[in-house]
Amino acid sequence: MGYEITLLTTMGISILFALSLNLITGFCGQISLGHAAFLGIGAYASALSTKAGAPFFLAVLFAMAFAGIIGVVVGLASLRVRADFLAITTMGVGFLFVGIVRQQDALGGELGISGIPDTGLSRPAFMVLTLILAAIAAALSIYIKRAWMGRVFAGIAEDEDTMRVLGIDAPSYKLAAFAIGTALAGVAGALYAHHLKFIGPESFGFVESITVLSMVVVGGIGSVAGVAIAAALLSVLPAWFQIIGDYKLLVYGGLLFLMMRFAPGGLAGIFASAMQSRNRTTNRGKP
Amino acid sequence: MTKPLLKVSDATVRFGGLTAVDHVSFEVNEGELLGLIGPNGAGKTTALRAVTGVVQLSSGSVELDGQRIDHLSIDRRIRKGLSLSQQLVKPLRDMTLLENVVLAAGYNKTASPLKALVNVDDAAERKIAQAMLDKVGIGPLANQKPAIQPLGILKRLELARALALQPKLFLLDEPLAGLNSKEARDLASTIVELNKSGMTIVLIEHNLGEVIRVCQRLVVLDNGRKIADGEPRGVMNNSEVRAAYLGGDVVAEKGGVHASY
Repeated sequence: MGYEITLLTTMGISILFALSLNLITGFCGQISLGHAAFLGIGAYASALSTKAGAPFFLAVLFAMAFAGIIGVVVGLASLRVRADFLAITTMGVGFLFVGIVRQQDALGGELGISGIPDTGLSRPAFMVLTLILAAIAAALSIYIKRAWMGRVFAGIAEDEDTMRVLGIDAPSYKLAAFAIGTALAGVAGALYAHHLKFIGPESFGFVESITVLSMVVVGGIGSVAGVAIAAALLSVLPAWFQIIGDYKLLVYGGLLFLMMRFAPGGLAGIFASAMQSRNRTTNRGKP
Repeated sequence: MTKPLLKVSDATVRFGGLTAVDHVSFEVNEGELLGLIGPNGAGKTTALRAVTGVVQLSSGSVELDGQRIDHLSIDRRIRKGLSLSQQLVKPLRDMTLLENVVLAAGYNKTASPLKALVNVDDAAERKIAQAMLDKVGIGPLANQKPAIQPLGILKRLELARALALQPKLFLLDEPLAGLNSKEARDLASTIVELNKSGMTIVLIEHNLGEVIRVCQRLVVLDNGRKIADGEPRGVMNNSEVRAAYLGGDVVAEKGGVHASY
């Protein structure tokens, strides 16, 4: 039973984390190659808070706010440049995060932070909390997709210049996507830290950023259900198959490449075209 | 004379050493259908882009309805009442024709990310969008995707989308380019109807026949400078304009000839 609880908690955190990137990359079309840094910011912010005596729930809120604020700062610096620069900038932010954490004794340096206090929740209760937060993130994503914001995001993802001619303040929208996405990543980070009770800089490096990006791409860029399913599957694979854990970058990088090359719509796209060939009247026009 | 809706004063645009628009001034009056013409490379599109904010003025000013707009970003200018129908049609290909226009029609709900987050309902915008598609004559195609449409339809979609912004001033960049003569004539007539219904329009166009047929006034640019401004027949009889179009060796004088309006 303990094993299943751990597995489901891990899944929940991954789903939340992948959905947070899906808002930025899937909905709004802004590729981030450093999203794990925001998971890390949330993890460190919450771990240091609870170690200083703050209650867990407050630490989660702090992690969310702090990651979101750093997200806005990074966004202000990079979202005004062209989309392809953003991938490079965010990759730089990812390396910067690991580099800074490694050098700071206050952040545990290379050794990381261990002995993160108990949340006061039992392990099943923590699992339920994680799954509820993942469900809330999914509900929020679906709501955003239906709201005017989702429409504008989709337009920006396809053609930013045209959106500006339609009177859309594209930089503000990109910043909004970045703020919401990084804040959610902060929540995922807080859960991650208090689930494992130990965090180190390696857990939030480039490999993790690629892993989460491959979850979004495999699931189908922009598809909430597809991304949630892909995140759930890909998060448990390393636990089931030791070899995937050993060759993470190779496996996820390869998966990323294969999906981009052969099925750019991801699982959601494969599913949609399967449904379409089964039932030609499938209406994809409605949001 | 009615007050000018758009006033471009002494506008200059330089790209490095090249002066694409050279001290150009012109006005567009309310209710007018103005043709902005000139040979290839004359600076028409650059002048239009300086109005919309795609390129920045090196000097000079642009006023819309008495307010300076040349320091604003593109989207802010659009929200002041400009609308641009682009030469290269750029529909959003993942959306239906209707959804493309709905996006423009919802400009009040997309003014800020916060507004866009709290607004979900789109019934009113769908109605407006359908009306716009009907207005430009492609209403029955509302639920089709842009990818399978011919250029003539896409040009009209571009028009409907720009109209859905309910602009004060409508800028059209070569709407007839690439259309056959019948399509061009039909679309030009649609543009005239829009103008008759009260829309102020600036039309950039290469198709001189249609321009002379539909426009009330022409502004002619050549090598970035304004060489004529006035009623179509008079302008086309202007020797400098003829030289510019026919490549004669009349040397244009600085400041150009201003035909009276």
